Amino acid sequence: MAEGFIKVRVLVRPKDGILDPQGEVVKNALPALGFDGVETVHIGRLIEMQVESADEIDAMCQRLLANPTIEEYEWEVVG
Amino acid sequence: MRIGVTVFPGSNCDRDALHAIELIGADSVELWHADQDLKGVDAVIVPGGFSYGDYLRPGAIARFAKVMPALEDFARDGGPVLGVCNGFQVLTEAHLLPGALLQNINMRFVCARVRTRIENTDTPWTAGCDAGEELTLPVAHNEGNYFADPKTLATLEDEGRVVLRYLENPNGSANDIAGVCNEGRNVVGIMPHPERVSEGVLGSDAGLRILRSVLVRAGV
Repeated sequence: MAEGFIKVRVLVRPKDGILDPQGEVVKNALPALGFDGVETVHIGRLIEMQVESADEIDAMCQRLLANPTIEEYEWEVVG
Repeated sequence: MRIGVTVFPGSNCDRDALHAIELIGADSVELWHADQDLKGVDAVIVPGGFSYGDYLRPGAIARFAKVMPALEDFARDGGPVLGVCNGFQVLTEAHLLPGALLQNINMRFVCARVRTRIENTDTPWTAGCDAGEELTLPVAHNEGNYFADPKTLATLEDEGRVVLRYLENPNGSANDIAGVCNEGRNVVGIMPHPERVSEGVLGSDAGLRILRSVLVRAGV
């Protein structure tokens, strides 16, 4: 990783109750391959960034990386 | 009347919209995404397509194009704005319209002509239509499944801000919603493409009912 930067991992996913057709399709596909016992599948988006500072990650999430109407997000510094 | 059409990288049917504007007897003006003004137009159409490749979310990148601040000012000042398909998605991302467009419920791109009904004629884009009028319009989208939280949906219904409703829901939209307007009723977003049915050679000119409305409202 470039010197002076930290690595941040942002996870964006559909809010509870928001239709997640991708997750539904994958959930239905798993038993077809013999993987039983899968109750739910939700699919989100993982965004990894190298940034100088994590100060503005929330602002980035709210303005661009997630759509707060339909998505929730969480993030962590991973390195 | 001069009507502008925004053009982003990946827009489509922008040329069709410009052509349809000429068909209704108005002057068409191309509004490039990197320009910072609206060239003095009287109304704006944000066309369909896949602006910026639909990267991140449809409309999420276009929403920050250089032309957008001028468009947002225009909309807030009451200027007539129509978002079609991806344009509808751009306007929701820009918070000029409530809600969001989710992926179609069946995970499939839908390209079809669907029957719709005009629910509200008190907007610049439906003023020339009859209340309850049925129009068969083309849709072509992967994310047309309208979502808003229950409170917002109730507000939209109570205030008559559902502008267009599907008579056959192609994508799972809440309340069969095909189009909504903002509180000021000057900004309208619809998933169907009126410009694709703007003259007989295209099989129908039903879309002119919507596009011509902006002239009717202006008394032109």
